[in-house]
Amino acid sequence: MIPAVDYIRILPEIVLTVFGIIVMMVDPLLKDQDDRKSLGAVAAVGIVAAIIATVYQSTYPGTSWWGMVRVDNFSIFFHIVVLVVALVTTLMSFEYLKVQNIRHGEYYGLILFGTVGMGLMSSAVELVLIFIALEISSISTYVLAGFRRRAAESTESSLKYFLLGSFATAFFLYGIAMMFGATGSTNVGEIARVLQNDAPTLAYVAVALMFVGLGFKVAAAPFQIWTPDVYEGAPAPVVGFMSTAPKAAAFAVLLRVLFATSAPGWFWLIWISAALSMTLGNMGALVQQNVKRLLAYSSIAHAGYLLVAFAAIKDTNAGISAAMFYSASYAAMNVGAFAVVSHFASTGEKYVLLDDYAGLGRRSPLLAATLTIFLLSLIGIPITGGFFAKFYVFSAALKSNLVGLTIIGLINSAIGAFYYLRIIVYMYMRDERVSTPVPRVPVALGFALVVSVVATIYLGVFPGRVLNYALESARMLMQ
Amino acid sequence: MNAASLNGIILTLVTFLPAAGALLLAFFPRRDRDIRWFALAISIATLLASLHLPWHFRNGDMGFQFEQNVGWIPLGAGEGIRYHLGIDGISLWLVILTTFLVPLSVLISWKSIQDRVKEFFILLLLLETAMIGVFVSLDLFLFYFFWEATLIPMALLIGMYGHERRIYAAIKFFLFTMIASVFMLGAIIWLYVHTGSFDFVTIQAALAGGQVDGIATATKWLFLGFFIAFAVKVPLFPLHTWLPDAHVEAPTAGSVLLAGVLLKMGTYGLLRFNLGLFAEEARRNAPWIIALAIIGIIYGALVAMVQPNMKKLIAYSSVSHLGFVVLGIFSFTQAGVNGAVYQMLNHGVSTGALFMLAGIVYERRHTYEIKQYGGLATPMPVYATFFLIITLSSIGLPLMNGFVGEFLILTGSFQAKAIYGILAASGVIWSAAYMLWMYQRVFYGTVKNEANAALPDMNGRERVALLPLAIAALVMGVAPVLWLNSIDPAVARAISMRQNQQAVSGGVTTPLPNVAPATLNVPQVTGR
Repeated sequence: MIPAVDYIRILPEIVLTVFGIIVMMVDPLLKDQDDRKSLGAVAAVGIVAAIIATVYQSTYPGTSWWGMVRVDNFSIFFHIVVLVVALVTTLMSFEYLKVQNIRHGEYYGLILFGTVGMGLMSSAVELVLIFIALEISSISTYVLAGFRRRAAESTESSLKYFLLGSFATAFFLYGIAMMFGATGSTNVGEIARVLQNDAPTLAYVAVALMFVGLGFKVAAAPFQIWTPDVYEGAPAPVVGFMSTAPKAAAFAVLLRVLFATSAPGWFWLIWISAALSMTLGNMGALVQQNVKRLLAYSSIAHAGYLLVAFAAIKDTNAGISAAMFYSASYAAMNVGAFAVVSHFASTGEKYVLLDDYAGLGRRSPLLAATLTIFLLSLIGIPITGGFFAKFYVFSAALKSNLVGLTIIGLINSAIGAFYYLRIIVYMYMRDERVSTPVPRVPVALGFALVVSVVATIYLGVFPGRVLNYALESARMLMQ
Repeated sequence: MNAASLNGIILTLVTFLPAAGALLLAFFPRRDRDIRWFALAISIATLLASLHLPWHFRNGDMGFQFEQNVGWIPLGAGEGIRYHLGIDGISLWLVILTTFLVPLSVLISWKSIQDRVKEFFILLLLLETAMIGVFVSLDLFLFYFFWEATLIPMALLIGMYGHERRIYAAIKFFLFTMIASVFMLGAIIWLYVHTGSFDFVTIQAALAGGQVDGIATATKWLFLGFFIAFAVKVPLFPLHTWLPDAHVEAPTAGSVLLAGVLLKMGTYGLLRFNLGLFAEEARRNAPWIIALAIIGIIYGALVAMVQPNMKKLIAYSSVSHLGFVVLGIFSFTQAGVNGAVYQMLNHGVSTGALFMLAGIVYERRHTYEIKQYGGLATPMPVYATFFLIITLSSIGLPLMNGFVGEFLILTGSFQAKAIYGILAASGVIWSAAYMLWMYQRVFYGTVKNEANAALPDMNGRERVALLPLAIAALVMGVAPVLWLNSIDPAVARAISMRQNQQAVSGGVTTPLPNVAPATLNVPQVTGR
């Protein structure tokens, strides 16, 4: 007999699954020409319900399901991040799907199922469950990436993502197997206990392999090659989604696995990957003309900044909380940026080049101002979440005396300023060449944007509460 | 509300009044006339509010006044980031300078900005808040926040309302300052990590007391981190290249505030942070910094001399004048630093006025080329008079404000090392040469160009905009004591902090007033 509290500890996942199934079952009953907005609304309600479930769940911390799932501040934090991103994505998809003439209700179902996987990733403390959760989330995003199936590049995107992603999960799985071989367990807590006493060579190999798998998911160098192509082809809202939510979840896994198990020998792995990601991402972004590709490269750079926090092992609490804060603020600003991009893109995603952004400040002042806020946050200008994210990361790094990595990071964020600024320059200071249409902002998208802007600014003006929550989680994670 | 209860919040009020105005403006109907009047009203209200500061300023008091210190962002343990405002005699006048220049900038932009008027004034008011914030912040984090916050409105002002190469200039301006300030951010984070505080006074005390781990090796880098950020802003030779571009391309109001206030943020930072926190290191680095300053003085003047473009000439003259300020700061003498602070204000007044004057003819003729003019004194006598007053102020004619500042700086640098004074003094001659030569080419002789023959003279609005500056230039020249009375104690404190640190590191052992950091309250000034 499974106690009721076990169900509470996976309540958000249950809610999401139920709503996902409803979406899938109702879809065939709708007429072909229906635009499926109603299903989107159902999905949005489901996500809101899952958020409520998460808040409710937070009063029942603990481990369940034979030690596979653990509800604590840490998991709640990432649940909220993932769910809010999913909500924003769903809301911005209403209009997008209509404009792109996509009439498949399973789109919303896939978002819900993917979110189930990501939620589980943040609460699982059992490597096998982590693997399953990773697969659930990945498979949904593979399909979502190919959702503009009439466009060749979307199909390419999906295929590329799928093939490379499968390799990555295979590496991850192999790492799990080795870890099991090295420690005799797949439970994170158990592994931590064993590794504290002694770390066999096999454990090092296992950590390296697991890092390959997760490094792919978060687009950290040198496993970042797929990112620009996949992001370019995938539908814009999906890019916003998959560049934030699965990443946050994968970072959650990395944090749990690396820190909670105090896994051996990962410091230099992370150090090098962080330095490479920041530099390669920014260099790549500098030369892009396509805004989606630009944001793809920049997301590699952001994964790099985040990894800097991972390298701060001397003060693990600061490192973990900085990484958590970064995930949250990156999610807010990036999903917001993609909401605007997907709105501008128009039918067939015609308008995604920098040139198409010329003069938008005049034609669509409010949207342009919104995008500017997100871009300033991505640059890391104060009073935006992006600033504090970087700030916490670098102060965690300095606390651990990582002066070199901090300097690389600071220089990189200065480079980053250049290409984000270019978008702002195009919007406000260039005159348009061809008049690209700017449709009115529908209510759902407006709401999505408000959520993202409020989150971005909130994290920039009152970061204290979120950071303290993250610090608290970090402390619990390290116990 | 009586003065005492106002003292605690006056700085917040002055700082955020323009931003609140900008917010209201955002919801204004798009009626350009109303928008202009509203922006003017807000900026005048800010000016009036800011006048509370000198009125209630206690001159003898060496510490910070009008302090407001509340928690803002808790960071784990420790006091975290605080909303800590306060001013001393140095920042007092820089705040007034800012609030004084903004209404005039609004006036001067009245007709020249016709497109996207609302956005223009929103940006201008936001810029004002950020600039004031820089001068009143006593929390390093808050300072950095306002410092960065000035960038965006200014870059947008240049990029949206500037001239032909505005985008290039805006990007260059943004990148130069942004990249430079990243180094400052690094230094600030280091200080936070090692002292557990962002509070200027706390950090100053910790550094002076030598209680910071690892400071011995880090000082050099921390000093440089701050220095790079400020030197770019000043701009110190050879980091000045963004300035002429930004000035030439910016709209008039942008140039006025850029020269009048933004450059002062750099010298203010040097004075407050490089000198205030790392006095010993500053003294060690002074020779090469002074060398750069002197090169800047002479180089800026020589380049200004050959400029065919009026605005570019004024821009390069700024490089020269700001060299003086840096020289004064790093002379470490009471006179030199007093002069530097005074010269910051002078430069704000006279260069601000020069840019306005240049803007006035630009509005009529759409060119800054000096050779397009000539003989303007005939059709525009009032304009010529104003221009002459400001020119004389800029070149430092006795009884004009520029004279007082330059004189004090030269005195200070002679005291520090004669050769500094001699070299810098030559800059005074150069500046007289290029300014008067320009004046002669623009105003004297006969009107050669047909287009200039019937140029309308300054109208009422333009006179209203420039009269305060001309008056300020005269009053500051005749009665500098009105300003120096409050500047002097603050400077004495800045210098006494240096001696204090020397005493700690085994250098000069001048006995000092017991510097209790947070409540520094020394009635009598030492070293005068």
